[in-house]
Amino acid sequence: MKSEKVMSTGHSKAAKEFLKNQTYAKWHDATFWAVRSKRDNMAYGLDEWEQLREKASQIKRHTITHLDEYLDLFATNAEKNGCIVHWAKDANEFNEIVYGILKNHNVKKMVKSKSMLTEECEMNPYLEAHGIEVVETDLGERIIQLKGQKPSHIVMPAIHLNHDDVGELFEEKLGSEKGNHDPTYLTYVARLSLRNEFLTADAGMTGGNFGIAETGDIVVCTNEGNADMSTSCPKLHIAAIGLEKIIPNYDCLAVFQRMLCRAGTGQPTTTFTSHFRKARPTAHPMHIVLVDNGRSEWIGNPEHWEALKCIRCGSCMNTCPVYRRSGGYSYSYFIPGPIGINLGMLRDTQAHSGNVSACTLCLSCQTVCPVKVNLGDQIYQWRQQLDEFGTANPQKKLMCKGMSAVYGNEGIYNLGTALAHWANLIPSPLMNCGLNPWAEGHKMMEFPKKPFHKLIKDLEK
Amino acid sequence: MKIGLFIPCYVDVVYPQVGVATYKLLKHLGLDVTYPLNQTCCGQPMANAGFEKQAIPLAEKFEDKFKEFDYVVAPSVSCTAFIKINYPRLLEGKHECITSSKIMDVIEFLHDVIKVDHPLGTFPHKVSLHNSCHGVRELGLSSPSEEHVTPFNKIKDLLNLVEGIQVLEPERPDECCGFGGMFSVEETVVSAQMGLDKIQRHMKTGARFITGPDCSCLMHMSGIAKKQGLNVEFKHVVEILAAGL
Repeated sequence: MKSEKVMSTGHSKAAKEFLKNQTYAKWHDATFWAVRSKRDNMAYGLDEWEQLREKASQIKRHTITHLDEYLDLFATNAEKNGCIVHWAKDANEFNEIVYGILKNHNVKKMVKSKSMLTEECEMNPYLEAHGIEVVETDLGERIIQLKGQKPSHIVMPAIHLNHDDVGELFEEKLGSEKGNHDPTYLTYVARLSLRNEFLTADAGMTGGNFGIAETGDIVVCTNEGNADMSTSCPKLHIAAIGLEKIIPNYDCLAVFQRMLCRAGTGQPTTTFTSHFRKARPTAHPMHIVLVDNGRSEWIGNPEHWEALKCIRCGSCMNTCPVYRRSGGYSYSYFIPGPIGINLGMLRDTQAHSGNVSACTLCLSCQTVCPVKVNLGDQIYQWRQQLDEFGTANPQKKLMCKGMSAVYGNEGIYNLGTALAHWANLIPSPLMNCGLNPWAEGHKMMEFPKKPFHKLIKDLEK
Repeated sequence: MKIGLFIPCYVDVVYPQVGVATYKLLKHLGLDVTYPLNQTCCGQPMANAGFEKQAIPLAEKFEDKFKEFDYVVAPSVSCTAFIKINYPRLLEGKHECITSSKIMDVIEFLHDVIKVDHPLGTFPHKVSLHNSCHGVRELGLSSPSEEHVTPFNKIKDLLNLVEGIQVLEPERPDECCGFGGMFSVEETVVSAQMGLDKIQRHMKTGARFITGPDCSCLMHMSGIAKKQGLNVEFKHVVEILAAGL
């Protein structure tokens, strides 16, 4: 039996495929490293960066551990503003609520800005199955929607495609000029097409980067102004927001607003930071749907609740050496990289255990994280729990038990180490074969004749 | 000051010369260093693979072996970090962990406790410094590139004391080399790619030697370099510090 088949995970197999196209893989790595470097320049440019990280972490810890109070305050204030607040306990209820609102307003077409929450709830296919046309208006999201794909990154969802991919897609779907793959032209084509969608949609949906408890406001950060277009053309605005996105007040927002875009894309701020308090005078009341979908349960998880601090900037993906060399689609959960490994496990341990070995524990993720989510430490903790979930790799378990037995007994260890150099005599084809996964990428190490514990006897003389 | 020398299992077997260099270096500095016999492993490989319970008996043995020393010194950042950070939790409910506060990587020990400031060995070569992840982000041997702090590097400080040396750093100075223990056999292709990328960045500095504070990173990279036929040599930092002693 080939070792690869026993030890490899879904992620490792997908990563192997990803790395076969070396030109593309190098480009992918370099692109995300460039984003990481831009982020570094931003972080180095603020003397108070580390204080901000600590402050941001404390605000999130405080809010999440007092979430009931802040949710109550947020909903009360939003209702005072004239908004209609809905509570969705899970994805299904969320989809039903949204559909209910749209049906009441006889909506045929809805434009929407980017939201990982609607991805999580698989809202678009649900609404489409109920006869509602949903149009993504974030350029990256629109591209992958037209292509029938899922995001490969939470902030840059179409980063895996180049301008030729997009050019060919637009030729087919938007009738752009054949062979004109100039990015400026393609952006213009998308803009024209989206302009028409904005004007003909009956409803607009936004996500929410933050919900401000003190005022009941929803704050959305975009670079394209598409959230504003989605809410200022149609007469109906629905905002969908996860429970953990609530923060106490505007002082807190000031902390996160300074960090989100610096960490995520290396810009000092998003081009647009849009604040929604209530519908404009001639429009229908604004709807806010607060979505739990597992979050209230995760708060009670002693090892993993801090994953809820995440503000979805994507910096842990950009810095992750494994993500950069395996791509967003190599992970089984729709959110990839370090935060995705953790959120996937919170969602479904059986489906996503394969992702937890896609990590060297280098801890760059938690050192880069603007809100100090202990991502790597959590991945370590998930690994400890796999045995209890029944998803531990049996061969790995056996190896670890074996190692423990050898290391736990000095007699066996000393005998083994005394014999180790005989391994040098094993013919190379045998040692460097498929039975030895180390040999797939490495030449076997040579074992010196005498281990240190023998050499020390001469040194001490 | 009584120092217990911890030589982790794979250093013992694969890189005994690193143990020898560490021992010689500490002796050269006139320190009271003892190597307690019958040491094996700290338990990190099993723990990082998800079986930290298998590390508990090893932690207990380790505690027993090293409890009498003022400092426990080891030439391996990841083993040191594992003991320092995880032993207190592993030993919870058994007894209070003693070695967690005593263990130090040899670099940290020489830099912070002995405060070495005079030339040690001689090494008239260009070296490219490999900042191992757990040294950077768990032990604080250097400032992590992710953080906005005043830059420092204790390994570089020590290496710069060596006569004739030129210390260089690769682009992406603290990006992971892709070893990661069990990661290297589970995610073989990504691991090898990370290793190759790292070696190439080191080689771009023009250095003939790659040096770092952890033999596991060096073992990984040298295995890849040999497989790819790359002409570069690997040395643990203590081998360079002790060169010619």
